[in-house]
Amino acid sequence: MWDWIVRLYHRLGSPKWFYEITGKWIPWLVGLSAIAGVVGLVWGLAYAPADYQQGNSFRIIYIHVPAAILAQSAYMMMAVAGAVFLIWRMKMAAWVAKTIAPIGASFCLIALLTGAIWGKPTWGTWWVWDARLTSMLLLLFLYFGVMAIQQAMESEDSGHKAASILALVGLVNIPIIKYSVEWWNTLHQPATLKLTEKPSMATEMLIPLLIMIVATYAFFALLVILRTRNEILLHERKRKWVKQILES
Amino acid sequence: MQFDSMTEFFAMGGHGFYVWLAYGLSSAIILLNILLPVIRRRRLIKEQAQRLRRERKSQEREDAPSA
Repeated sequence: MWDWIVRLYHRLGSPKWFYEITGKWIPWLVGLSAIAGVVGLVWGLAYAPADYQQGNSFRIIYIHVPAAILAQSAYMMMAVAGAVFLIWRMKMAAWVAKTIAPIGASFCLIALLTGAIWGKPTWGTWWVWDARLTSMLLLLFLYFGVMAIQQAMESEDSGHKAASILALVGLVNIPIIKYSVEWWNTLHQPATLKLTEKPSMATEMLIPLLIMIVATYAFFALLVILRTRNEILLHERKRKWVKQILES
Repeated sequence: MQFDSMTEFFAMGGHGFYVWLAYGLSSAIILLNILLPVIRRRRLIKEQAQRLRRERKSQEREDAPSA
């Protein structure tokens, strides 16, 4: 098992291997995210029952919750990739961390926007400075910070270093987001999904949500792969195998 | 199906504005995320292929015996 992990790690460090294997994954990820996305959306928007308190505005959940979950796990992945870069100087890890930042920021923005829109009919306001909303806004600024600091540095390498350190420091915000609804009195409702407990949601509402979460993760993987492949083409342009791709 | 007609579906029981605004904005952000890496890939390949051709040409000129 350990040998296998070490082998995988070394392979992942090879841009050529990553480029070739992900080329085969792309059509599957496109298919999975498209099919799961369409099924989840149609089910959630048209077939799931309306909420007995919130009516049909609750259907925003099918984009809001998957985007919010992804924005947080993407941040953790970015920080882990940054740590791998800092410790083992693996350039592939730096490129992955760099590509995650704008994608994670996009999902964080989706979570914030849909949350604000959902808040208006539910709480009567677009925005409140409560713990969950504020810590989510901080997550968006952390993503922006990682992107900005990368560009601000003189050399690309020091940009990666600074961005990785900021990503790691910002990790403290993740548990704050998670527990914000328990530690403070917030307008935001407690977690819809918990790993350790039975979901509080009706099954016919829950299944499309789970499908949408699968679609979101597949789509995220696809976007990370597309952007990382661009980084590889740019940085490895002098290599023979990239020249062959360019000439074909 | 929770709705009896298309009109009812779009109305979302009076919450249509909020539901469709949320999904509309999200779709726009998602579409942008698909387009940006695809456009960048095309541009990258075009630029790098041009650079490669230029390099090849100047290399050939250097290699050719001068008259």
